[in-house]
Amino acid sequence: MEFLAQILSYPFARRAIIAGLLLSVSAALLGVNLVLKRFSMLGDGLSHVSFGAAAIGLAAGVAPLQFSIPIVIIAAFLLLRIRQNSKINGDAAIAIVSSSALAVGITVATLTTGMNTDINSYMFGSILALTKSDVIITALCGSIIIAIYVLFYQKIFAISFDEDFAAVTGVKYKWYNSITAILTAVTVVIGMRIMGALLISSIITFPALSSMRICKHYKCTVIAAAIISVVAFLLGLTLSFLFDLPAGAAVVLCNLAVFLILSVVGKIKKI
Amino acid sequence: MSIIKVKNLSAYYESRRVFENLNFDVQDGDYLCIIGENGTGKTTLMKLLLGLDVKHTGNVKFEGFTKKEIGWLPQKTQHQADFPASVKEIVMSGFAGRNFLGLFYGKNQKQQATKNMDILGIADIAEMSFTELSGGQQQKVLLCRALCAAKRVLLLDEPASSLDSAAADELYALIKKLNQNGLAIIMITHDIARAEREAKNILTLSHGGYEYEKGVK
Repeated sequence: MEFLAQILSYPFARRAIIAGLLLSVSAALLGVNLVLKRFSMLGDGLSHVSFGAAAIGLAAGVAPLQFSIPIVIIAAFLLLRIRQNSKINGDAAIAIVSSSALAVGITVATLTTGMNTDINSYMFGSILALTKSDVIITALCGSIIIAIYVLFYQKIFAISFDEDFAAVTGVKYKWYNSITAILTAVTVVIGMRIMGALLISSIITFPALSSMRICKHYKCTVIAAAIISVVAFLLGLTLSFLFDLPAGAAVVLCNLAVFLILSVVGKIKKI
Repeated sequence: MSIIKVKNLSAYYESRRVFENLNFDVQDGDYLCIIGENGTGKTTLMKLLLGLDVKHTGNVKFEGFTKKEIGWLPQKTQHQADFPASVKEIVMSGFAGRNFLGLFYGKNQKQQATKNMDILGIADIAEMSFTELSGGQQQKVLLCRALCAAKRVLLLDEPASSLDSAAADELYALIKKLNQNGLAIIMITHDIARAEREAKNILTLSHGGYEYEKGVK
């Protein structure tokens, strides 16, 4: 406890916690949608694109986050498009895009700055590297995502459950799918700073999957996912301070632990 | 009074014509069954009635309501099998197109949903999860959602295709009751005997053309 109080006295730790909490909630909300629509690989694909873009941004000397956001949004639209046209399987498209983007990132980095600590921090995340402007961007985007989710809750549910029916009753599902793609893109980019490009997609999918082990109603699933995400983040961050672990990896492991525990609970409840 | 007028309707899939020059009306309180072999355009016709994107000429006109106010019972999709949602949440989503914003549904909408659940006999399972229900109960829930969206007409796509005969009978009885309460029914079905027993009018699509039988009963 004393140790935690000491940690909280550092500004960088407070910044990390605020940014991380907003990120956890927005990632969990988007995750419920993506998992239910069978499109959870979107986050994974985008995270690699985000890394590629950040590497180019670093090499070119422009702010990596601001540079990545538009590129990842374009990638999200492309992947959504490919999925809707379905001539190429959505999974296969993501596999191609994500490995290509990673390859571009690594090549650019090696040729220019070298695989230095900056590159490393984008791959595996670094809480110490969070700047004030990173926190402001994260807080802003996180708040927008949460507000949109609350305001359009009914429509988001209707579309996730049955896109065609929603379309017939006058819900503009293409518009909402585009919004989801944009928000996922933004979440991935801002989350890359804390979690790392290779780990960010797990905080999108894990909380939704965990809450679906125990929840049978949609509202319960959404709320539980947000809570699970926040708890796993705080737990992971504490472990990372205590044992000097990378925060991203610690948060993912906590999510894994929660998932395993809830899977068992879900199984027991069924019996 | 006719509430849907289909005039000189021809539909195309890629460059192939699915059907041509279809003309028929749907009356207020009608019970129309659409039958025909696979590939004769039943589903294409349904999409056109729902206003979905299909290449076509001719037109479909609604009178007294808009296409958003058609109650549609689609076939179940695969991902709904493990979708965490309560019966009530699904039923209420029939109203989602009507509200612009919001976390909560209006009082009127809640009352109407309750009334519709009573009519279909699913009020007692309102808090249950969709995934725990039998096939027949799931169809009733989706029918109830359609009912919430519907103003004058229900459009049903093979509503009993995955049900055993007892559950199918129960569902058809409910559909008949809704029809007697004043809703027009348009139903696509493979079950010709059933269509002849239930429907007031039958539209038979075939590869060469179509036939519209009035007053079967």
